[in-house]
Amino acid sequence: MSETASSSTAITGAEIFCRSLQAEGVEVVFGYPGGAVLHIYDALYRQDKVSHVLVRHEQGAVHAAEGYAKSSDKPGVALVTSGPGATNAITGIADAYMDSVPLVVFTGQVPTSLIGNDAFQEVDTVGITRPCVKHNFLVKDVKDLATTIKKAFYVATTGRPGPVVVDIPKDVTADSCEFEYPESIHMRSYNPVSKGHTGQIRKAVELILSAKQPMIYTGGGVILGKGSEALTEFTRKLGYPITNTLMGLGGYPASDKQYLGMLGMHGTYEANMAMHHADVLIAIGARFDDRVTGNIEKFCPHAKIVHVDVDPSSISKNVKVDVPIVGEVEPVLRELIKGLDENGGKPDAEALATWWKQIEEWQAQDCLKYDQNSELIKPQYVVQKFWELTQGEAFVTSDVGQHQMWAAQFYRFDKPNRWINSGGLGTMGVGLPFAMGVQFAHPDATVGCITGEASIQMCIQELSTCFQYQLPLKILNLNNRYLGMVRQWQEFFYQGRYAMSYMDALPDFVKLAEAYGHVGIQVTQPGDVEGAIKEALAQKERLVFLDFITDQSENVYPMIPAGAGQNEMILV
Amino acid sequence: MRHIISVLLENEAGALSRVAGLFSARGYNIESLTVAPTDDPSLSRMTIVTSGSDEIVEQITKQLNKLIDVIKLLDMTAYPHIEREMALVKVRVPEAADREEAKRLADIFRGRIIDVTHDTYVVEITGEGSKLDAFLEALQPFPVLEVVRSGVMGIARGDVSLQI
Ligand SMILES: Cc1cc2nc3c(=O)[nH]c(=O)nc-3n(C[C@H](O)[C@H](O)[C@H](O)COP(=O)(O)OP(=O)(O)OC[C@H]3O[C@@H](n4cnc5c(N)ncnc54)[C@H](O)[C@@H]3O)c2cc1C
Ligand SMILES: Cc1ncc(C[n+]2csc(CCOP(=O)(O)OP(=O)(O)O)c2C)c(N)n1
Ligand SMILES: [Mg+2]
Repeated sequence: MSETASSSTAITGAEIFCRSLQAEGVEVVFGYPGGAVLHIYDALYRQDKVSHVLVRHEQGAVHAAEGYAKSSDKPGVALVTSGPGATNAITGIADAYMDSVPLVVFTGQVPTSLIGNDAFQEVDTVGITRPCVKHNFLVKDVKDLATTIKKAFYVATTGRPGPVVVDIPKDVTADSCEFEYPESIHMRSYNPVSKGHTGQIRKAVELILSAKQPMIYTGGGVILGKGSEALTEFTRKLGYPITNTLMGLGGYPASDKQYLGMLGMHGTYEANMAMHHADVLIAIGARFDDRVTGNIEKFCPHAKIVHVDVDPSSISKNVKVDVPIVGEVEPVLRELIKGLDENGGKPDAEALATWWKQIEEWQAQDCLKYDQNSELIKPQYVVQKFWELTQGEAFVTSDVGQHQMWAAQFYRFDKPNRWINSGGLGTMGVGLPFAMGVQFAHPDATVGCITGEASIQMCIQELSTCFQYQLPLKILNLNNRYLGMVRQWQEFFYQGRYAMSYMDALPDFVKLAEAYGHVGIQVTQPGDVEGAIKEALAQKERLVFLDFITDQSENVYPMIPAGAGQNEMILV
Repeated sequence: MRHIISVLLENEAGALSRVAGLFSARGYNIESLTVAPTDDPSLSRMTIVTSGSDEIVEQITKQLNKLIDVIKLLDMTAYPHIEREMALVKVRVPEAADREEAKRLADIFRGRIIDVTHDTYVVEITGEGSKLDAFLEALQPFPVLEVVRSGVMGIARGDVSLQI
C-alpha cells in the first residue's frame, strides 16, 4: 500500500477525497467551485498530484471528462457544487449514460442536517440523476467516503461502463477520520461477466463457418472494451465484410478492404445492403439502435444472429438473436478465434467470392459522391481535406447534426478512441468540451473539432477555458447558417417548411475567436480550404477557429428514412 | 401474461426508488410491489407482480438484474410456488344480526376479527388474491369502510429457493 493511500491520523473528508483520487491515479479533474465543495477545493489547492481544470459551465466539465475518458483508457472525473452545479451537469451525465462512458462525477450537497429542508442550493441530486446514471451514492458519513469512492470507480469502469455520481454533503468533507483506501473491492450485488460461455462460443463458431453471406457488425463496445486488435485478427482470418456503427468507428481500420463503411441511417449503401442480405450476422458490442436497424420488421430478414455483449439487457432487446454470448468483446473474440482454430473448418470460399462480387456491385454505386466542381465549399470536402492533411492521425470530436455525419463518413479512422462524438443522446454542444478533454489526455496530439454554427454556440464559453490552459484545438466550423439536420428533415418530410431552422444573426466567429484570445479565420472559397487547414495545423501553439462558409443546401446522403428498411435508402 | 418476481436487494436507502423508477421509466406494468427487510437485516426482499409478453418480462428481469443494488431474483412463475396476500377490512355492523352475519362470513373465509367496537369490526384475512376478492364480494351487503391490502408475497415450493 502506497503511503498516500492511508493515514493513521484522522484527516478531513476533503483530504480523503484528494487522497482517494490520488490512489485511483486520477491526473485531472474538470470542475467548477461553489459553496458546498469549498472544503474540497481548499484541499485540492493544498496538494499537487491531482490537477484541476476550471471550465466555464458545469456541462462543459462533464463533457470534457467524457472526452478525456473516450480518448484514453482512464475514467473521466468531474467535480461540481450542489444545486445549480449539479443540474448543469445533468446533460453531460445523461450523455455519458447513453454512450456508456466511464465517468465519476462528484457533486457537493448541503450539510446532512439540512437535507430535505429546501436549504440553499439544495436539489435531490441522487433522485434527479437516478435514471441517467449507472449508479449513484449519497455519502452520509465520512467513514464511508473512501470506500464509496472506490466503489464508484469500480462500477464506472467495469462491465458496461457508465457514469457514477457521488453526492457529498458539505459536513462530510469537514468531518475527519482515519483513512485507508481499499486496495480492492467486492460487491455481492455486482459481478460483471467477462468470459463467454463455452457452449455458446462453440455454437457461434459453427454458425459463423456455415455462412454464405456473412456480415460483421460492430459497435462502441469494441472501443470501450479495447477489442479492436482482436476484432481485426478475427475479421481478417474469416475474410468477411465488416461495418461499424457511429460509435464503433475506428474499431476496425477504415482503410482496410474488408471494411464497408458505417451502417445505419446515414451509413453506406454497401453496408446497409450487405446487412439486409446477410444470412449470418455477427454483432459485437453493438446495441441494435433504431438509427441502425431502421424499421425493425424489415431488419436483416434472412439472418441468423450471433450477438456478443457484456450487458445481457442489450441482447434480444430490439432484435431477437439466435446465439447470445454475454461477455467482454476482447476475451470473447479471443475465444472465438481459438474456437475457429480448433474447429478446423474454413469459410465457404466459393460462396464468399460470390458474396464479395455482389458487394462490389453495391460499392460501385459510390454512395458518398458529391459535387467536386461546386463554386461553394462542400462540407464533405472540408472533412476530406482535414483527413488528408492530418494523415488520418488526428483525434476528431464533433457536435450533432449534418456536420457530425459528414465527419463520420469522410474522416476515415484507422485507430480506436480517435473519434469522439455523442451518439445515443445526440447532444449539441459536446464538440468543444469533448476536444478539451481529449487534448488533456493527449497534450501533443492534433485535436480537431468538426462542428456546426448552431452546436458550437451551445458551449462556446469554453473557448475561455481553452485560452486559460492554452489548448491548441483546431475547430472546423461547417457554417451553413442552418440547423442543417433539421432543415434536411423539413426539406424531405415537411415540404420545405423551414420552421425555425434558419440561424439568423450569427456572431462574427472570427472576432469571437479573437475576443477569447484565439486565432479566427473565415474561409469562403473552395480553393482556400486546403491552405486554411494547413495554416491552422501549422499554428501548433494556438487554438485556431476555422469558419467555413459552406453550401447551405447540401444534404447528408445516403439516408434511410424513418420507418424504412435498410435496403430502402435515399441515394444522392 | 402475469409474472411474480421475487428480488433480493441491498437494504439501502434508495434501493426501492431504483426499482420503482425503473418500472415507470421503461413503461413496465406493475400490479403490486411489496418489500421488507429479511432475517438478514442487510437484505431486503421484494415481490413484484407484473405482466407483459415474454420479451418484455425478459427485459424486466434483465433490467432488474442490472440495477447495482439487486443481488438476485427469481421469476416464480417458472416454478410451483405459493402466493399470499393479506387484507384488513373495516366493516360497519351496527345491528346484532349484522355482527352475526359478518362473523359467519369471516369464519367461512378463515378470517379473524381483530378489532371490535360497538358498530365496527376489523377483519384480517390471508390468502391468494382471488380469495380476498371473493371475501370482499361476500361483504357487499355491509358498508365497508376501509380495505387495506398488502400486495402479493411469494415463495417457491420445495427445493427451489431465493437466497444468497
Ligand atoms: C444525428 C445522428 C445520426 C445518427 N446516425 C447514425 C447512423 O447512421 N448509424 C449509426 O450507426 N449510428 C447513428 N447514430 C448513433 C445512434 O443513435 C447510436 O448512438 C449508435 O448507433 C449506437 O452505437 P452502438 O450500437 O455501437 O452502441 P453503443 O452505444 O456504443 O453501445 C455499446 C454496446 O456495447 C456493449 N459493450 C460495452 N462495453 C463492452 C465490452 N467491453 N464488451 C462487450 N460489450 C460491450 C454495451 O453493453 C452496448 O450494448 C446517430 C446519432 C445521431 C445523433
Ligand atoms: C441540445 C440539442 N438540442 C436540439 C437538438 C436537435 N438537433 C439535432 S441536429 C440540430 C441542428 C444542428 O445544427 P448545426 O450545429 O449548425 O449543425 P448542422 O446540422 O447544420 O451541420 C438540432 C437542432 C439536439 N440534437 N441537441
Ligand atoms: Mg448548421
